[in-house]
Amino acid sequence: MGASITVEGLVMTYGSLRAVDDISFTVAPGEFFGLLGPNGAGKTTTLETVEGLRKATAGRVDIDGFDPWKRQPELQRRIGVQLQASSFFERLTAREQLSTFAALYGIGPERADALLEQVGLVEKAGDPVEKLSGGQKQRLSIACALVHDPEVLFLDEPTAALDPQSRRNLWDFLQGLNDSGRTVILTTHYMEEAETLCDRVAIIDHGRILELDTPDALIRGLDVPTRISLEPEAIGLDEARALPGALDVQQTAGSVVIETREPGPLLAELASRDALAGLAVSKGTLEDVFLSRTGREYRA
Amino acid sequence: MKTRSPLMSLMVAMAKGFVRDKMTLFWSVAFPLMFLVLFGGIFTDQGAAKLDVVQVGQVSVLDDLPKLARETLGEGFTVEKRQSLDAALQKLKDGDIDGVVTQRGDEVVIHFSAADQVKAAQVQGWFSGLVQVANQAATDTPPKFKLTTEQVEDEGLKQIQYVTPSLLGWAVAMSAAFGAALNLVSWRVNGLLRRLRLAPIPTSSVVMARVGVSLVVALGQAAIFIGLATALFGLKLSGWWPLVIPLLAAGTLAFLSIGMLGGAISKTEEGAIGLANFIVLPMAFLSGSFFPLDGAPTWLQIISNCLPLKHLNQGMLDVMVRDQGPSAIVLPMIILLGFALVLGGIAAKLFRWDT
Repeated sequence: MGASITVEGLVMTYGSLRAVDDISFTVAPGEFFGLLGPNGAGKTTTLETVEGLRKATAGRVDIDGFDPWKRQPELQRRIGVQLQASSFFERLTAREQLSTFAALYGIGPERADALLEQVGLVEKAGDPVEKLSGGQKQRLSIACALVHDPEVLFLDEPTAALDPQSRRNLWDFLQGLNDSGRTVILTTHYMEEAETLCDRVAIIDHGRILELDTPDALIRGLDVPTRISLEPEAIGLDEARALPGALDVQQTAGSVVIETREPGPLLAELASRDALAGLAVSKGTLEDVFLSRTGREYRA
Repeated sequence: MKTRSPLMSLMVAMAKGFVRDKMTLFWSVAFPLMFLVLFGGIFTDQGAAKLDVVQVGQVSVLDDLPKLARETLGEGFTVEKRQSLDAALQKLKDGDIDGVVTQRGDEVVIHFSAADQVKAAQVQGWFSGLVQVANQAATDTPPKFKLTTEQVEDEGLKQIQYVTPSLLGWAVAMSAAFGAALNLVSWRVNGLLRRLRLAPIPTSSVVMARVGVSLVVALGQAAIFIGLATALFGLKLSGWWPLVIPLLAAGTLAFLSIGMLGGAISKTEEGAIGLANFIVLPMAFLSGSFFPLDGAPTWLQIISNCLPLKHLNQGMLDVMVRDQGPSAIVLPMIILLGFALVLGGIAAKLFRWDT
């Protein structure tokens, strides 16, 4: 179970626009791989080329020896695709959607009930798809992609347009998907999502890969100082500046924030002075990496 | 439960989507049936519209008519006696009656209105006949020639006989074209076509499923139309009527290809509906679905002959009510399948998987 994916020198041009500009990466069997980028960065185009929906202008895509553009049933039985739009048969119930997709892969309708159970839609089995909520539709859509238990799963912005509760709920479900050795590729523009789910993340902008590593390594590589914040009463500003390893100290509305690259000794010192009231420690997030690499200018 | 084949599962999915959509169901079944009831039920007797004539004063050709002759006359005629000529003429001018008859000496005078020339001619024809009969009777010699009229059709081609095949043709054209266009566009817009493209099924199975569903729908429409027209309006089918099945199948393919073409061109569902309407409705008029085109000018008949629905209607009339055999459907079938082939080919060329 699990297939490896190789993308080499992928280029997609639409007229003069280079939507994908020389992208290369490999995904190992069983890996959860993320394509992270702002809207219009080229991540969906990249994903669709890997799925076989688009023909690359240049470059090569290989899934376990298959070229996905050639539409071979042997490959198609091994990949599962959840598309960005919720693509369903109109006016069919959740169970009918699943059993119809199952039949397309030569699988019996009993698989539908197993999947409804897995994605927590048993109670909605008889409801037409039009009546499902956004989160339920996304889960059904992922269930449709899993109907034939594929070795590779493609998820295109699975949590887009979901409220925070539904998003976290879906993450819990997605997290286990590569446990059985399945390879998963996901696109997203949520840093937290990539950080939570992905083994490795490629940050994409303007059709190019800017960074590619594990989320932790990306954050470490960013070299942002750790921020320690305390209640203003806990410590005076001058006292804080004199602490070992303190780089910068700022007073904000409700707290004193100390930046340091050596949080260990500094925290020990604070503890010895019993000055830990309101302590909160934060290091960089993938968002910091993202913003530092893609720039901060607003994009509509 | 058994695992359905991919083709069958797509057909079932399409059919369920169709049956559960009350709007589509209304437009493809109930709406044409409304027309059948309108044309078949309400206008049935229009062909034998009666003539109303007012008689003022003595008119010997009418008064001396034997009772039996008056009664036969009465089937197409009502003669009412009035006193005032002026009042009668006013009624004629108003269009309430179709003629006024008086007698001046040996002269029978017919007043008619040019507003309805057909009825005016009928009134004049009737009375000229009556005068002839009276003249001949006055010579006291038995008539040498006798006129017998016989209609070609056993009961005459009653209105329902004409409208059932014609409206059925329109209904089938509408649901096949709309079904294909809408199906294609909505599946493309919601991304389902792309999703299906990534499933291990031949792409043609999507089209084949659509063909299968449209054929079933067309046969269902035929069953409802023929059943209802027979039960309620006295439709009499001729012996070869089962030949409508191959005809309808060929017609469905032709209209499907029109719908596929519309679906390939249109970007939105609204656009597809508009385009299908734009093609099917004028085609229905020009193909004689609502009224016969026998009296239409030649150029209109030439256009009419270029439309597939015209040939479907013609073929169905021939086998359903004109008692013609298999040879009557050969040419319509060839034309319909030709349309399907050419338009379907163009549609396949223009086909797109996504927006």
